[in-house]
Amino acid sequence: MKKKLTLATLWLDGCSGCHMSLVDVDERLIEVAEIYDIVFSPLVDVKEFPENVDVTLLEGAISTDEDVEMVKRVRKSTKTLIAFGDCAVTANVPSMRNHFKLEDVFKRGYLETTPGNDIIPNENIPKLLEKAYPVHHFVHVDVFLQGCPPSADNIFYTLAELAEGRTPELSQRARFG
Amino acid sequence: MSSSVKIKTLTIDERQVGARENQTILEVARENGIKIPTLCYLKGLSPYGGCRMCIVEIAGSPKLLPSCMTTVEEGMVVSTNSDRIKKYRKNLLELYFSERNHVCSVCASNGYCELQSMAQKVEMSHVHFPYMYPHLDVDATHERYVLDHNRCIACTRCVRVCDEIEGAHTLDIKDRGIEVRIITDLDRPWGESETCTQCGKCVHVCPTGALIERGKSVGEMSKRKQLLPYLTKMREAHE
Ligand code: SF4
Ligand code: SF4
Ligand code: SF4
Ligand code: FES
Repeated sequence: MKKKLTLATLWLDGCSGCHMSLVDVDERLIEVAEIYDIVFSPLVDVKEFPENVDVTLLEGAISTDEDVEMVKRVRKSTKTLIAFGDCAVTANVPSMRNHFKLEDVFKRGYLETTPGNDIIPNENIPKLLEKAYPVHHFVHVDVFLQGCPPSADNIFYTLAELAEGRTPELSQRARFG
Repeated sequence: MSSSVKIKTLTIDERQVGARENQTILEVARENGIKIPTLCYLKGLSPYGGCRMCIVEIAGSPKLLPSCMTTVEEGMVVSTNSDRIKKYRKNLLELYFSERNHVCSVCASNGYCELQSMAQKVEMSHVHFPYMYPHLDVDATHERYVLDHNRCIACTRCVRVCDEIEGAHTLDIKDRGIEVRIITDLDRPWGESETCTQCGKCVHVCPTGALIERGKSVGEMSKRKQLLPYLTKMREAHE
């Protein structure tokens, strides 16, 4: 039997929808589990991002100082980094705050939408960047998997192609939105 | 065909084709089933030559030329899909996405948009340029339609249909380059327009989610593209 590859999955500024789509791979998850060992994931109880990961599915935009640290860490330890879904590829919905001033974003998020609250928290939480960015703004990305969320078929296809040592041809399968 | 029309012979993508002398390269290519991507061109409206998606290479000329604006010439050797053109088209498209705010997943035109499908056609995997995130308005003052500048690619199809087919000339274009904007009447809110007949033609020729019907939600705004060929046919029949 071929040696199994290692797979990590994580989400930063995303809604977990792409991960839901990953679970939608359904019974083919068994095939995925035959090719890959899942070494890090919200679905697995491991705290530290491991070394020497073959493939990482990274969901979500990069929006805080902690996201930046994490994405650099992930890049260093990953052979094939997949920008997983539109938020990772374009910053998508998280980027809708980008044409407002950060100050106004906080006011909207904490004050105007929460009657009676007059506190904008600023301790023990990650620091929001001026803007939300796509993953490739900070690190090199090997595969761009478009879709909000990407279809289960495209996720499975991508993982299967990579396991065969091929580059997934996504342009005619996937699109934004 | 009257005998005064001259026929020219040229080569497009290594195929010999015949054309009438006043035809554009794009028209001839389409007649012969050769696909050239376009965004601002729309059959039935005057050509505008603004989007540059339809660029082609002509042997002996270092410049890339818009095929929707370039008339055929005898012996021309045209190439529509070289690596150089493909790269150029992809870059252009990436600029469209980076210059405005396109969020397909929450757009009324999701699934029906020509910009979105063009990105797929030219194999644009992501946008290399930094996004600009301009602060742009949405004009929702019209009782039936909405103009969202975040999604506009300034193709002027709406301006041309309003002027050339509807004859209202409500829509116009102001400024240039990155500052370019579609305006209604003399840059007044659309809802206050005295010239708009509410015909909706602009909405249905708009390739993106920039012009939509009020109340349409994510992925609900399909456009009636057959509208324009029908109107043009009717008009020709009357002439
Ligand atoms: S106009 Fe088209 S490309 Fe722009 S957000 Fe809407 S669907 Fe996407
Ligand atoms: S609805 Fe008709 S008249 Fe009004 S702006 Fe659009 S095309 Fe012009
Ligand atoms: S509103 Fe639509 S039709 Fe008009 S210029 Fe913008 S993209 Fe083109
Ligand atoms: S289609 Fe020719 S320039 Fe737009």
